[in-house]
Amino acid sequence: MTDMLAYVRTEDAPRLPPPGRVSGPVAWAKENLFPTPFSGLATVVLGALFLYILWTLFRWAVIDAAWTGADREVCSVEGAGACWPFIKAKFGQWVYGLYPIAERWRVDICLVVGLLTLVPLLMPSVPYKLWNILFFLAVYPVMTFILLSGGVFGLLPVDTPSWGGLTLTLVIAVTGIVASFPLGIVLALGRQSAMPVVSLLSTVFIEVVRGVPLITVLFIATAMFPLFLPPGWKFDELLMALVGVALFSAAYMAEVVRGGLQAIPKGQHEAAKALGLSYWKMMALIVLPQALKIVIPGIVNSFISLFKDTTLVTTIGLFDLLGIVQLGFQDPKWASPQTPNTSYFTLAILYWVFCFGMSRYSIYTERRLHTGHKR
Amino acid sequence: MSTANSTVASAGPPERSLLHDPKVRGYAIQAILLILIVWLGYEIVQNTGENLKRLNKAFGWDWLGNSAGFDMSQSLIPYSSYRSVLVAGFLNTLLVAVLGIVFATILGFLIGVMRISKNWLLSTFATVYVETVRNIPLLLQLIIWYALVLKPLPDPRAALSLFGVVQFSNKGIYFPLPVFGGGAWLALALFIAAIIGAYVVRRWAKARQEKTGEQFPHFLTGIAMIVLAPLVGLVLAGWPLSFEYPVLGTGLIKNFSGGLPLYPEFVALLLGLSIYTSSFIAEIVRSGIQAVSHGQSEASHALGLRNSPTLRLVVIPQAMRVVIPPLANQFLNLTKNSSLAVAIGYPDLVAMGGTVNNQSGRIIEVMLIWMVVYLTLSLLTAGFMNWFNSRMRLVER
Repeated sequence: MTDMLAYVRTEDAPRLPPPGRVSGPVAWAKENLFPTPFSGLATVVLGALFLYILWTLFRWAVIDAAWTGADREVCSVEGAGACWPFIKAKFGQWVYGLYPIAERWRVDICLVVGLLTLVPLLMPSVPYKLWNILFFLAVYPVMTFILLSGGVFGLLPVDTPSWGGLTLTLVIAVTGIVASFPLGIVLALGRQSAMPVVSLLSTVFIEVVRGVPLITVLFIATAMFPLFLPPGWKFDELLMALVGVALFSAAYMAEVVRGGLQAIPKGQHEAAKALGLSYWKMMALIVLPQALKIVIPGIVNSFISLFKDTTLVTTIGLFDLLGIVQLGFQDPKWASPQTPNTSYFTLAILYWVFCFGMSRYSIYTERRLHTGHKR
Repeated sequence: MSTANSTVASAGPPERSLLHDPKVRGYAIQAILLILIVWLGYEIVQNTGENLKRLNKAFGWDWLGNSAGFDMSQSLIPYSSYRSVLVAGFLNTLLVAVLGIVFATILGFLIGVMRISKNWLLSTFATVYVETVRNIPLLLQLIIWYALVLKPLPDPRAALSLFGVVQFSNKGIYFPLPVFGGGAWLALALFIAAIIGAYVVRRWAKARQEKTGEQFPHFLTGIAMIVLAPLVGLVLAGWPLSFEYPVLGTGLIKNFSGGLPLYPEFVALLLGLSIYTSSFIAEIVRSGIQAVSHGQSEASHALGLRNSPTLRLVVIPQAMRVVIPPLANQFLNLTKNSSLAVAIGYPDLVAMGGTVNNQSGRIIEVMLIWMVVYLTLSLLTAGFMNWFNSRMRLVER
């Protein structure tokens, strides 16, 4: 092995230039905005588009917008932007619908009580959850119904056709969720049941309802349910729509709950049975508390889609938030090309705030629950 | 269904009353439930019969052949009877659903991949898109597209035109309609032959790669064949292709005639459905790609595969397993959501059913048609999902 070559370097290697910036805004931009030529091109094109959209919106909503005014004059000038005075003038109607103005305090009470119930319910650290849920599911709906419809305790009766706006949207969404919660749990348990008749009936109901669009369910509820009832019985349109929405969301809720039930290990059932608990006690004390806890994000998500779906009741002639906004355009005092634009824009932001807030909450609970035992 | 028993079983089966026997209780509950359901069904049928009699109506299907006295703004088939109107409505539903699925999938995959891009602006843009679009009700989006974007387009007389080829007006978007003359069959034949040829090339390339390891750009070759073959066919046949351009009519109400019209209702519905669903698909794609463990792409890089084949051969096939079932669900949702057409006046199955009901008062029959059609579609989707899941299940040894 003597002829093996050895190489020993005799002089220093040439000095390399110092590394480029690895921190600071320039380095960040190079790393995250222009890593490759193609990516950089995408950044430029997309950035320009982004800025253009933002600028157009800003110009329309702020610079060219009319801020004060009493009628259409300010909004129908050439080149006018958003028509904010219209929103200001109609906002009360958006919230309360056609509810008598002198009776609006009743809606306010319902909204405030609802908020005071819901906020502690959604905060994990607040105690008395069970009482809170029971109040929300059992007492609150009755209270709201009595307050809104009146006719007792000396309250002026208000017919359902004058309910509207955000109030009606919330009534539909909350009724949907309150009714679908127990119904959905029963259906989910029924689907899992060992009794063939029960499980078949539950499965058929769930799959049929989930298979058809909500709009047909609403048509069926308002046009067909009256045919099913004994002659002479009459219910108002809102009640029929509420029944439709409740049945529809119950089917979806059932599938969410089933997901939770399936995630509970069989050992939990067996342990409960070994302790001598009956079926209902096993479900109520052992299985459902765990299952429902896992599916809180799913429940919130189905509430979000229910909230968005409430807009569909406009197609059967109810004036929910979307319906009342469209009704507002017909006011000749405010007719201008910018009226619909501004209304729909505001409406989109309103719905967005509600839904985005709820989806953030769902993500937050998902993270919080992530620490538990996962299978 | 208590199975616990406090008596110690020492001799013979433990004594308990029939009331506490889970089997007996199960049968009793089911019997009661069945009786209730049958009673409910009987009541409903009785009441409906009575109500119909009071309204001088009867259940039946003979009215389907009657002539429908209204016009549809868009129809793929000629129509006259109620039956053909409903069929045309169903075809319109299918048309918008199929096109919507195609666009929503393309857009959704694009946005989904953008969301996990390393480029900050791309991923932010995709996040903003997804969070904006999916948190605004679809109905509101449809109305915005229809009432704020398509309806304010100028009158046909002042239509915006794209190089004089495509005309945008509030009566619709008019494209030129390709008209094929005699000899065009050659192009069609060559086109079909090219598709078959591309498939053959792909098989040959795969087989050769399996055997020798040599690669062949079969994808590009196939695309080139499929694009060039019909062109060659057209040239050989002496270019029997012309375009029918939309021209402004001379009637009292100005509108275009000729060409290929896309009506505003259709465009609004298609745009709204595609964009709304694409935001959900983007989330599915993102979570599907992120569900593939990082070790997979690292292992693939360690084997010497570059970024593109790693994505194509390792990551995406595994992501698809997670992606396809919820994707099929979204397709079904899109199809069901197309029923919102009724709000902007696109003549789909639900809108036509509603009109037919208004004219003939056949709500029960119309409802049955709706349910059968939508349930069939959802059962087909469910069947496909089960088939796919069983095919894609990890085969464990």
